Amino acid sequence: MTKLYMESLKEKSPKSTIDQSTIPDAIQDRGKSMSDKDKQKKDSSAENTKRKELTENLKITVRNFNFYYGPMQALKNINMEVVTNTVVGIIGPSGCGKSTFLRCFNRMNDTIADIRYEGDIHIDGQHIFDKNLDVVDLRRKVGMVFQKSNPFPKSIFENVAYGMKINGVKDKNKIAATVERSLKHAAIWDEVKDRLNKSAFALSGGQQQRLCIARALAVEPQVLLLDEPASALDPIATSKIEELIHELKKDYTILIVTHNMQQAARVSDYTAFFMLGELYEYDQTNKIFTNPSRKITEDYVTGRFG
Amino acid sequence: MERHLDEEMEIVKNDLLKMGIMVEEAIQNSIEALKKQDARLASKVISDDERIDEMDNQIEEKIIDLLALFQPFAGDLRFLTTAMHINSELERIADLTVNISQRVLELSEQPMLKPLIDIPKLAARAKHMVRESIDSFIKHDEKQALDVILSDKESNQLRTMVIQELIYDYMVKDASTVTRAVPLLLLTRDLERICDHATAIAEDVIYMVQAKMVKHHRADLKKPKSQKAE
Ligand SMILES: Nc1ncnc2c1ncn2[C@@H]1O[C@H](COP(=O)(O)OP(=O)(O)O)[C@@H](O)[C@H]1O
Ligand SMILES: [Mg+2]
Repeated sequence: MTKLYMESLKEKSPKSTIDQSTIPDAIQDRGKSMSDKDKQKKDSSAENTKRKELTENLKITVRNFNFYYGPMQALKNINMEVVTNTVVGIIGPSGCGKSTFLRCFNRMNDTIADIRYEGDIHIDGQHIFDKNLDVVDLRRKVGMVFQKSNPFPKSIFENVAYGMKINGVKDKNKIAATVERSLKHAAIWDEVKDRLNKSAFALSGGQQQRLCIARALAVEPQVLLLDEPASALDPIATSKIEELIHELKKDYTILIVTHNMQQAARVSDYTAFFMLGELYEYDQTNKIFTNPSRKITEDYVTGRFG
Repeated sequence: MERHLDEEMEIVKNDLLKMGIMVEEAIQNSIEALKKQDARLASKVISDDERIDEMDNQIEEKIIDLLALFQPFAGDLRFLTTAMHINSELERIADLTVNISQRVLELSEQPMLKPLIDIPKLAARAKHMVRESIDSFIKHDEKQALDVILSDKESNQLRTMVIQELIYDYMVKDASTVTRAVPLLLLTRDLERICDHATAIAEDVIYMVQAKMVKHHRADLKKPKSQKAE
């Protein structure tokens, strides 16, 4: 997994912790020539960069969103924006509505009787609760992986090919190529390439979880919803998943629910803190974990309750 | 809720308080030694420094352990990183008292150049600034820390005055004073550097309380911000 990160460093130019605008040009020029994006960054403070991201490059917007299970209001007036190709960590005490919130984005809650929502969620500017929207399309675009890996009782290959097949893809070569690419993308190809026809249940927990991620990736989603994807895994499998998330954000926008604060701090760019169905604080992850704006967030991240 | 980490941080706080007292004592002793030309006291400052070095190592190890074991966030993280800085600032202040004491040893063989007035004044300032900066850390008092930072200007002025006097009233006029003036000049600079370290501690305290970097940004210093929103 270390390898994955190193590779990503090679592709992008390594980030520096030093604000590039503080480095004199003479020294700056000795380094690699800056990409245009870096040059832009140089001109604006981190704060401006963040604002720019937030206004120009939004994948998801949530506006005045309320959600009810029968009489019980599980989400209260949520407003948030998600920047394309970033990872948003969702944290908060059990029962605060994290999973409910996540399930809204692919309308998985629709299967539950007696639910109701108000307000808007837009993905790429499209209102996801629109009557004319095809929910199957939405779920193709917004993939989901759960805490407990749930491979189908089929072979490894069939698990990944499944989504394509139900979507009517017939071309065998195309299916095989997509399966391979998805397994590679989920960083599990090397471990399974020699036993693609074996049952998925023969894999370890961590491998099953990455297989489920591969399955989600095979239908080429744009958004990935991960609900405590590593909470049942051992530390090594966990760090593989974390490295994978770091890799995947180049191509996907990711929302991840996690109970592990350190994990949220490590993998996410932005962190949303929920409590009792309310979004109390949403900010850049380093801000939340070094200097949250609200005392209640501070109390939660420092383990004073929860 | 009282957390295990709170207990551990209290220990760090107490250790730094103790170290602060030892460092103050070292400043006091080195300057007493100067005033009384007491070589034995100066030697004691030099040998006592070992204990401060030892303490520096222990506190640093303790903080690294806490960072690794508790992986603290937010206010806890700022407290521990600040404590780590303060620890090394204190250790450096102690090193400067060793420098001063070495100058005192050089001077103890010769008659005093002049009656000392401003140097003890600068020493008293240095000691006071160290005390106030540590106190502001213990009490999380950003106002007190700010006062320390703002008072550093006066110690710079005092230092400049003393040094100019040594150069123009003594060394320039009478070259035979050089061997007695130079050690005074050097130890004056060391005293002023102690004030700088106290200032650095105060800057760290402001970071800890307000999460705002003020070092190298003196112009941004403002009055303390209000409490976090509930
Ligand atoms: N299917 C459901 N029917 C009724 N209430 C539910 C259902 N799922 C969750 N809830 C309730 O909604 C609240 C939020 O639950 P959930 O979203 O699972 O929280 P979290 O993921 O943060 O632990 C809880 O009070 C929970 O009991
Ligand atoms: Mg949940």
